[in-house]
Amino acid sequence: MPALKSELRLTGLTKRFGKLRAIDGLDLAIPRGSFVALVGASGSGKSTLLKTINRLVEPDEGTILFEGEDVRAIRAPALRRRIGYVFQSIGLFPHMTVAQNVGIGPRLAGHPIGRERVAELLELVELEPDHAARMPNELSGGQRQRVGVARALAGNPQLLLMDEPFGALDPVTRDALGKRVRELHERLGLTTLMVTHDMAEALLLAERVLVMAKGRIVADETPRALLAGAGSEEAQALVAVPRDQADAIAELEE
Amino acid sequence: MSPILAILFGLGDKLAAHVLLSAAAIGLGIAVALPLAVWASRSPSVARIALGFASLVQTIPALALLALFFPILLSLRAVFGEGLPTLGFLPALLALALYALLPILRNAVTAREHMAPGVLEAADGVGMTSWQKLRLVEAPLAAPYVMAGVRTASVWTIGAATLSTTIGQASLGDPIFAGLQTQNWALVLAGCIASAALALMADLLLGTIERGFAARRKRLVWGAGTLALLGIAAAAYAQLDLDKRGDTVVIGAKSFSEQYILARLIGQRLRDAGYAVEYRDGLGSAVVHDAIATGAIDISVDYTGTLWSNEMKRDGNPGREAIYQAIVAWERETNGIRVLGRLGFENAYALAIRENRARELGVRSLADLAPVASRLTVGGDPEFFRRPEWFAVRERYGLSFGRQRTFTPTFMYNALRSGEADVIGAYTSDGRIAADRLVVLEDPKGAFPAYDALLLIAPDRAEDRKLAAALEPLVGVIHVEAMRDANLSVDRAKNKLTPAEAARELAERLQLPS
Repeated sequence: MPALKSELRLTGLTKRFGKLRAIDGLDLAIPRGSFVALVGASGSGKSTLLKTINRLVEPDEGTILFEGEDVRAIRAPALRRRIGYVFQSIGLFPHMTVAQNVGIGPRLAGHPIGRERVAELLELVELEPDHAARMPNELSGGQRQRVGVARALAGNPQLLLMDEPFGALDPVTRDALGKRVRELHERLGLTTLMVTHDMAEALLLAERVLVMAKGRIVADETPRALLAGAGSEEAQALVAVPRDQADAIAELEE
Repeated sequence: MSPILAILFGLGDKLAAHVLLSAAAIGLGIAVALPLAVWASRSPSVARIALGFASLVQTIPALALLALFFPILLSLRAVFGEGLPTLGFLPALLALALYALLPILRNAVTAREHMAPGVLEAADGVGMTSWQKLRLVEAPLAAPYVMAGVRTASVWTIGAATLSTTIGQASLGDPIFAGLQTQNWALVLAGCIASAALALMADLLLGTIERGFAARRKRLVWGAGTLALLGIAAAAYAQLDLDKRGDTVVIGAKSFSEQYILARLIGQRLRDAGYAVEYRDGLGSAVVHDAIATGAIDISVDYTGTLWSNEMKRDGNPGREAIYQAIVAWERETNGIRVLGRLGFENAYALAIRENRARELGVRSLADLAPVASRLTVGGDPEFFRRPEWFAVRERYGLSFGRQRTFTPTFMYNALRSGEADVIGAYTSDGRIAADRLVVLEDPKGAFPAYDALLLIAPDRAEDRKLAAALEPLVGVIHVEAMRDANLSVDRAKNKLTPAEAARELAERLQLPS
């Protein structure tokens, strides 16, 4: 594998909440263009890790280099406008139309986008142009998260962070939107870091799976290697769940 | 109904003053509450302290809060100079704005607490600065709740503003207080109807704005907002018109009929002499003297006993004439107030009892009261039981009453009639003493000091010869029978006169030169 330039490099990262070490001396490099899934049980520190990258959480120790630059040297709002972020809670602004929600990042940056660009972004997430005028409460959960993804992409970011992006969606929508995001990742040449507690989703979408437990990375493998038994005990326990489910379904079909 | 309607149509200037005062107080309340709410949303300890303070303010009765601003502003003169007004618009504005604070602040803080955390996190996540987050997310989401708070505050403020009458600010409370004092219920009702209608109107407009915010319908917000502003502008225009009246003499009156009548008597004479006249009725007794000393009012009628004990803080009784001379000198030297002279009658406190009850108990003087007092209830106005002469009377005659009750002056006489009080602290110039067949108990030990009525002129009018000349004919001619009859004509239940009518009748009876 050729040595790619790192999009993100985390060194000695530590974050404490009281006595609890949410992130515990963690090192990680993510090359440009990769699709990385961060998997772990609740409280493993995966969401906290994601939030330190765009400074929604400030670490106690360690450094984060984003495109070679220390994130602490960039004003937080400016940093965040350069990074696409998809929230588990979706977080659409309820008093703004879909178009206003999608265009908020560029508007904040002082380059508001027009109707055509909004339509283009909606098309990326398979929504119709006439969704632009609707209010968030007129949309279904899946449509809302599609708007959330379009909003994250509006500023042409290099890096896309997703915090349990499909957690609240029904399985069908979840599958469709997951595939769409993977396509967009390829098409737009993004570096994507997705936090999820669903190992099946991680195995199917990502090219590299990180398993977190107690603030540390306990496995760092490709999906294929994980399925072949690589990684730690914690990782294999997580892989066992979808594998067993698949086996059980296969048995039923026989 | 028609007398009430007639009164309502005459309330235009009171209404305008009421609207302006309420609007200014709510505006100031909003201006303070909103930044405070923003600060509170970023610091839980600020939220605790601010809400705690606002709630504390709310527990102070509005009447007391209004009165409290007088000494506060008086002491602030050390900082802001003598020009700082201590009565009227400024203290009313400050007290009412404090009152308006709580509902606005609480709703704003609650709105912020109930905002979806996901939405706030998203605001940070998309790269908003904290100012952008406030402007683009927090403010629009909180607006309907804040508006609901403003609505509550407005209804409260419009209601409480009627109380600003007591600190010399014109409002719809003027007819209410005057009516309560003289038992003119048409006047009371008219004042209540007007202020209730105003409150309902404000509630309707602000409710429309609130709905406009909630439904994100800008036209509704602008429409109702414009109407509200137009109303305030109309009130301001009406007030502007009033303020153009040049050299106006302001006559103060405490909240009882005699004061209303004497103020009218003085006012009528000054009008005849070519002055424009304005009345500040219903002022608290403690407020009146400070008001005249500071020039907030120009003329007042006060009583020697009141000034002797309350203002000069003296408790001896060197005799009627000596007290008068001491007061004239003290007022001139200490405050620059000119005592024009004694009007000729006394309005002292005295203990009064129903004639048949006195016979029953066999009491004729305060000394006779001591053995039976423990079975009796004594009634007095709110001031009476705190006055030095009350303590002196109790001590000298060894009086210990079974029960002590406080009434407004009007209801005190009713209480005596209905038996809810056996003995009351009455006023010797009160017409109801004869009308209600009351006996004033003799005071052989001289515990009650003299209360000669005095005419006081504010320092900056002290040299006004024309003014003095117009009022000098009043000095020494108002005998107590004339005053009693005038008071009764206003206080009695039937064929009541207005204070102005009673003043005219009094002038006729005394054959005052015009």
